[in-house]
Amino acid sequence: MSETSTITIEVMRYRPETDSEPVFQSYPVPCPKEWVVLDALNYIKDTIDSSLSYRWSCHMAVCGSCGMMVNGEPMLACKAFLRDMGDTVRVEPLLNFPIERDLVVAMDDFIEKLTSIKPYIIRKTEKPVEEGTYLQTPAQLKRYKQYTLCINCLLCYSACPQYGLNPDFIGPSALALAHRYNLDNRDEGRALRQEFVASHEGVWECSFVGACSEVCPKHVDPASAVQQMKIASTKDYFLGFLGGNR
Amino acid sequence: MSRKPYIRPMSKTSWYLRDGRYKRYMAREVTCLLIGAYTGVFAMGIWRLAEGREAFTAFMAALHAPGAIMFHLVALAFSIYHSTTWFNVTPQAMPLMKGEDFVPGTLIVGAHYAAWAVASLVILIAVGA
Ligand code: SF4
Repeated sequence: MSETSTITIEVMRYRPETDSEPVFQSYPVPCPKEWVVLDALNYIKDTIDSSLSYRWSCHMAVCGSCGMMVNGEPMLACKAFLRDMGDTVRVEPLLNFPIERDLVVAMDDFIEKLTSIKPYIIRKTEKPVEEGTYLQTPAQLKRYKQYTLCINCLLCYSACPQYGLNPDFIGPSALALAHRYNLDNRDEGRALRQEFVASHEGVWECSFVGACSEVCPKHVDPASAVQQMKIASTKDYFLGFLGGNR
Repeated sequence: MSRKPYIRPMSKTSWYLRDGRYKRYMAREVTCLLIGAYTGVFAMGIWRLAEGREAFTAFMAALHAPGAIMFHLVALAFSIYHSTTWFNVTPQAMPLMKGEDFVPGTLIVGAHYAAWAVASLVILIAVGA
């Protein structure tokens, strides 16, 4: 077995029944070279302090549950290798979200926003099953495919200063998903989504800091989606003057 | 069990100091102030021109003061920074598809630089530089 060093993990703790505000707690943790922050948290929970709370599921950057701040940067704990990080690693719950307990944040606000943009295919009239499926060419799929890769990990919301300053902002990934359905040739629901997308809390709250796209572990590029929707909404606005249709 | 979520405060005035990305963003936004100031000076030149030869000559002479030259150099540097940062994000705002593929971002950015070079050249030729 190879030699493993020991490092210190400083975890932000918040136990609502006893703490009035979060405090940091340090734990010594071994650091084999294949370990990620999530392994360290599991080690702490299994061998040192079973009261530590955090979310995780797949350990392979698919479920989107283990987003947290690692040394101040929003990351998936399952992708954050300890070997890249030095002797002390500071772990906090995702910024810009209320802390429910320890590393667990309250997601209610995001779920509500996600629901508001109607992230599903909307048809004006459904065609009968006998008429077969809705067809799509590879090019039509490619137009929006990158936005389907979102795992709702919320790293982008933590990176977004506009969301931090104004929690009413619908925010990066919900808007990216709105764009995903707007771009889908099978969808006819854009006009319904516009009510939220083109509102003050929608794309116009974004000032294109671009941090969301930089931290996204799935290369979704929500900033790109938002800028494209700004352009589309502006076109709508001017076409509206000309009496044109969307 | 009742919930008691804890909300971490965010500074309304110094939030951008927290992250290098925010500082770069602020640099991009703040540099546009100098572009605004330059536009003001330019507009004043046109105004002086409309007032007649004497006013315009005096305006041109004032531009040769060291302070004015300094201002123009700084404004030039800031506007180059501002413009290039925007050019570099154009592929995100305007992705293009050709057939089944996206046009590479470098081509979109390159087209902006090329348009910039052509526009500058045309202006330089027009003013007889
Ligand atoms: S857009 Fe990226 S960072 Fe944002 S929730 Fe989706 S996967 Fe996570």
